Amino acid sequence: MTNNLIVHISDLKKAFSGSVVLDGITMELHEGENLVILGQSGTGKSVIMKCIVKLMEADEGQINVFGTEMTNCSAKELSSVRSRIGYLFQEGALYDSMNVRENLLFPVLRNKESRKKSIKELTELAEFHLENVGLIEAIDMMPAELSGGMKKRAGLARTLMLSPELIIYDEPTTGLDPYRTEAISDLIVQIQEKYNTSSLIITHDIKCAKITGNRLTVLHDGKLIANGSFESLSGDKQPEVQLFFK
Amino acid sequence: MKDPRIIQQTKHLLLDIAGIASFVVLFFKHLFTRRFEGKEFINQCYRAGYQSLLLISVTAVILGLVLTIQIRPILADLGAEAWLPNMVFISVVTEMGPVIFSLLFAGKVGSGIGAELASMRVTEQIDAMEVSDTYPFNYLVVTRVMAATIVLPLLVFYGDFLAFIGSFIGLKAYSEISFPLFFSRAFSEFYFRDIFPATIKTIFFGYFIGIISSYMGYFSSKGTEGVGKSANAAVVASSLVVFMLDLLAVQITDLLLF
Repeated sequence: MTNNLIVHISDLKKAFSGSVVLDGITMELHEGENLVILGQSGTGKSVIMKCIVKLMEADEGQINVFGTEMTNCSAKELSSVRSRIGYLFQEGALYDSMNVRENLLFPVLRNKESRKKSIKELTELAEFHLENVGLIEAIDMMPAELSGGMKKRAGLARTLMLSPELIIYDEPTTGLDPYRTEAISDLIVQIQEKYNTSSLIITHDIKCAKITGNRLTVLHDGKLIANGSFESLSGDKQPEVQLFFK
Repeated sequence: MKDPRIIQQTKHLLLDIAGIASFVVLFFKHLFTRRFEGKEFINQCYRAGYQSLLLISVTAVILGLVLTIQIRPILADLGAEAWLPNMVFISVVTEMGPVIFSLLFAGKVGSGIGAELASMRVTEQIDAMEVSDTYPFNYLVVTRVMAATIVLPLLVFYGDFLAFIGSFIGLKAYSEISFPLFFSRAFSEFYFRDIFPATIKTIFFGYFIGIISSYMGYFSSKGTEGVGKSANAAVVASSLVVFMLDLLAVQITDLLLF
């Protein structure tokens, strides 16, 4: 982990139909860091992530990613920032009409840089990443044939295809049994070590947070109420924080 | 007294009209500035065209048969039975074919586009494409709209031909007319001006069925409930627009050609 800032958010506010979801969020992510945002369902964790990649517009505040101000960036700047980010959605978000191989090839065949490589090279790359997430046997399977955990691993392999510097994990262990929760959490750590990426992980699963996070921050009622290592937060007296450690 | 529901619905309607207008602008912007997804376009042509063939075939033959069987006694009473092939053919080619086959197309293909894109929106597949910087609009919308625009006129030609065959079968059941005679009577008063406006308006029908269905699916919300609503809205709005465009086309044709 270095002191280089990858993401810097200050005073982020977001409301839906008058209901405040994010109320002045300020946070930062350093290069090589795994930051976990803990929060109960519906507290706006995913909204922060979607504002970071501009799938949603912030109402107020600044979001700086890789030195680019996302709230008023051009289409070209947005494209450049997005090409450095991998986003693992909650259910994997695999494209239904394509098999796993085609899912992995889809973004690289449309990326200016990786498009220069041959199909053979890209297929080998897809096989390499599937091997890394332990899913090589499913390369020709359709998403409908995969279990929840397999979909997440395939989604992770797809995000790795563009060699992202930052990976955003949206509830990576939701809906998985304890064994698979641990497996996916271990995989996140392995990916971070192997590819030297930075990670933002949003979860309400304390086991996943413990395994994956260098630093944890707790979101409650639209505000970040605690920040620190797993050990320091486990001793925090606030009931909203303790709720996760019971 | 102002009913808040009517105000709300009017607001939604105006927002949808504005949304579709901006969708049209976005379509042309992407069509001419982004990479064309040729493989997906061919796939969509196959899905929209080939998979609609059976539906169009059955409907077209029945249309030709029914029209002939219903009109024949009236024309026979007037001693104008010889005009039957021409009358049926012109009514099918200029009006009934384009409208009926377009409505079927909206029901089958439009609802499919609406439901598929809505499902992709709900399951974050479209978001995943956007985040990986792969221009989902190009891949999902431009290809579907182009396929609908090109395939529908071809389906209408095909349907017109089968309705013609259906009409011959219907007439043959009651008379000894030969196919060459039926053919020559059908085309005796048939001119280019009959088929040209019909083809042009069918291109517009296809385009708007594609655009409206894509719009309804692309901006779907409210989870799985939204998928059903998008499919339904795609069919209802597309069908309504087909009738409105048809009215407009008839007026323009009348002004320009007659």
